[in-house]
Amino acid sequence: MTNVIELEQLSVTFGKRPILKALDGALKGRAIGLLGPNGAGKTTLIHTLLGFHPPTSGTARIFGRDIAADAKEVRATVGYMPEQDAFIAGMSCVNFVRLMAELSGIPARHALERAHEALFYVGLGEARYRPVDSYSLGMKQLAKLAQAIVHGPKLIILDEPTNGLDPPTRSRMIALIRQIRDGGRARILLSSHLLRDVEECCDEILILKDGSIAANCNLEEERRANRKFIELETRGGDRLAFAEAVGGLGCEYALSGERRLKLILQEQIEIGDLYRLALEKGVQIRRLNYKRDSLEEIFLKAMENEGLTESVGVNGRAVNGGL
Amino acid sequence: MAVYEHLYNAYEGAPQSAAARFLVIPRYALREVFRSKLMTTFFILCFVYPLVASILVYLHHNANALAMLRINVRELLPIDASFFLTFLEIQGGFALVLTVLVGPPLISRDLSNNALPLYLCRPLSRTEYVLGKMAVLGLLLSSMTLVPGLLIYIFQASLAGFDWLTANLWMSGAIVGGFAVWIGLLTLLALAVSAMVKWRVVASGALLGLFFVPGAFAGIINSLFLTKAGNLISLWSSTISVWSGLFGLFEREAGTVRARVGGQIVDLVLIEPPLWASWLTIGLAGAVCVWLLARRVRAYEVIK
Repeated sequence: MTNVIELEQLSVTFGKRPILKALDGALKGRAIGLLGPNGAGKTTLIHTLLGFHPPTSGTARIFGRDIAADAKEVRATVGYMPEQDAFIAGMSCVNFVRLMAELSGIPARHALERAHEALFYVGLGEARYRPVDSYSLGMKQLAKLAQAIVHGPKLIILDEPTNGLDPPTRSRMIALIRQIRDGGRARILLSSHLLRDVEECCDEILILKDGSIAANCNLEEERRANRKFIELETRGGDRLAFAEAVGGLGCEYALSGERRLKLILQEQIEIGDLYRLALEKGVQIRRLNYKRDSLEEIFLKAMENEGLTESVGVNGRAVNGGL
Repeated sequence: MAVYEHLYNAYEGAPQSAAARFLVIPRYALREVFRSKLMTTFFILCFVYPLVASILVYLHHNANALAMLRINVRELLPIDASFFLTFLEIQGGFALVLTVLVGPPLISRDLSNNALPLYLCRPLSRTEYVLGKMAVLGLLLSSMTLVPGLLIYIFQASLAGFDWLTANLWMSGAIVGGFAVWIGLLTLLALAVSAMVKWRVVASGALLGLFFVPGAFAGIINSLFLTKAGNLISLWSSTISVWSGLFGLFEREAGTVRARVGGQIVDLVLIEPPLWASWLTIGLAGAVCVWLLARRVRAYEVIK
């Protein structure tokens, strides 16, 4: 998979205050979640990628193009949905989206058609002739999404897209983002402080803390890897002998409490093998859980200890901390 | 894609050129301007004086028409530098009113609803955005000042003959230069005010104030100190001086005033500020506007 965003010692300073500190890394997911507490530098990173703030040092590339040297080419391939209200007062939504399409380089004769399509796509088809300032908050969010996708960008940057939305509108927004992601025609960079949104939409996350990368991991790989982590609750029999037998299969294990056993399943070992060993040792397996590192856990771990990148691996921490 | 096929599709056609993209902003803005009937009516009114001036030029060269109207040629305005200077002053006044009507919402409309990031996240630089907005006023003002001015000049030249044209070719430069200075100043001032003030009415007031308040102060200074140096703070007076200079009609002696000096009543000669000082005033005003625009026209304001 090609790199969507490459960060190369990217630093941004406002006055004497460093906001982004030598960010390094490559993001290649279909939908990349940008997470971090308030003031972590998420929005500054987005603004820097869009060329709103010049990097103090280092650079970044979007689809291999330098954000400073090829600023216009980069922006031609990007669609941006800002966090706060953004529209032109008194202009009908279809004209607003059409204007944005034309500014992105779509010829006037196609721009109107694309504007209608984008507005129908986000669900504002019936309201497209109304001025944007007469819209509800949810409709304004959808209008912002429409202007971000009208020119068919290769990367769509969404800054807090579900802010202030009621549950049905939020679900609709999430569904649209997932639909765009699954369509495969555009990559998504989603900045949010709502972990649930990121978990539902993204397959890769970048967590920022105080302007540095606290974690960068592939959620899909995390989910796959977590399938190897198993927690057993047992009753009766010789639990210690059972644990040693499991260890004999080549699995790392740890006993916790009087009834629990945590282990890392090896590739060649099947669940059936565990049941067979339990039978041999007279141990009852009352419960078997696959451990699932939720995004919240990943986020909290990243907040505890920054510098948790894919090279170290969130799994590594799970092993140390969990077993 | 038909509208009922609700799918996300990339645009696969050819993109439009950078020049065509630059014209998008003025095209949309001018469409908004002419949606107002008041604006359209006023814009038409701006062509009344050019029409009157063309009739004067025509009458000046048509003996039959003059005879029918029983007008003596000597009673008509001469078609010379002062004729065109008057044309600049009258159309310049109309241009100021048009700027006050059109200019204030140009940038403030985008600023007040955070639309600037939406412009600037596209392949459009800040400079192109400002130039696009300048083009709105530039096109409107040129069409009611520069274009009619040059057309009347060409009309006069066609009626007066080749000798008049060769003798007065410089005047075309004065017309273009005079209007270019005025249009440039008005455009920059309007955009700077629009970038600073979000409310349209307040912005219109501020724009008018920029001309009338310093003008009033200049009048007070001139009256109190029996001078013309106060004109330096008046943009309108400075522009008039620059125009007069371009048409070769600038005179530093601006009349006399009777005053009591040391118990004796004497006639004091009022001296206009030098021409370069008027150019400097206009240049400084333009530079301040450019600086303000550079500070205000940003996707996001950075608090350091």
